[in-house]
Amino acid sequence: MEVVVLVVVIVMLLSAVAVLLFKDFLAALAAMSVVSLGLSFLFVVARAPDVAMTEAAIGAGLSSLLFALALRRLGLWRSQ
Amino acid sequence: MDILDINTILYSAAFGLMLIGIGGIVISNHLMRIIFGIVLLEAGANLLLLLSTYHEGASAPIIVDGNVPAMMADPVPQALVLTAIVIGVGILALALSLAIRVQRAYGTLDMREVRLKLEQEISAAAGIDMPSSSEKPADIGEVPVNSVVQQESGS
Repeated sequence: MEVVVLVVVIVMLLSAVAVLLFKDFLAALAAMSVVSLGLSFLFVVARAPDVAMTEAAIGAGLSSLLFALALRRLGLWRSQ
Repeated sequence: MDILDINTILYSAAFGLMLIGIGGIVISNHLMRIIFGIVLLEAGANLLLLLSTYHEGASAPIIVDGNVPAMMADPVPQALVLTAIVIGVGILALALSLAIRVQRAYGTLDMREVRLKLEQEISAAAGIDMPSSSEKPADIGEVPVNSVVQQESGS
């Protein structure tokens, strides 16, 4: 159990660093979604399944949608 | 304080996320990256708040057939975190709409250029010369920052 949580935390922190380092904003957005999904797993581990559901739906779903729409409007929607 | 203790791992995840978020806000020059940093900081703060309810061996706060579990996580901070997640999406939407307005007004999202244009605009509206210029400062040796400002405003 601890090993699984440790792996998820490491992946989450690495993708959080990647969010700030990627030149491509779409890739940064995908890394942001990875952070949100890892966070929802950690919420399940911390015995809060309702918060985990909300984080997966809103954090990974709705805010990614908002970011994607804003990136398209700003003209940053292009992958290299 | 084993490195594989689950509390240590979860707390280090929360503090790591907050640290990366603050670093992104402080270091980045692009407005979108600053917004990404705000979202990361928010995620770390939510996790930290939620971890106050967690202790080893507790069960989820769900009551089945009227049987309250002997040891369960406190549901009140969980409800607060639920609210904070939804408010976070509201903050994100406001920040993104402000970024779109900034790009329409100034044509760029680089904060250095936006700051310069804003300064020029304010100086032009007030009818005074700009207090600072984009050119390299004259070589007058090492001086504290305050004395340079006084010199320029005095001249």
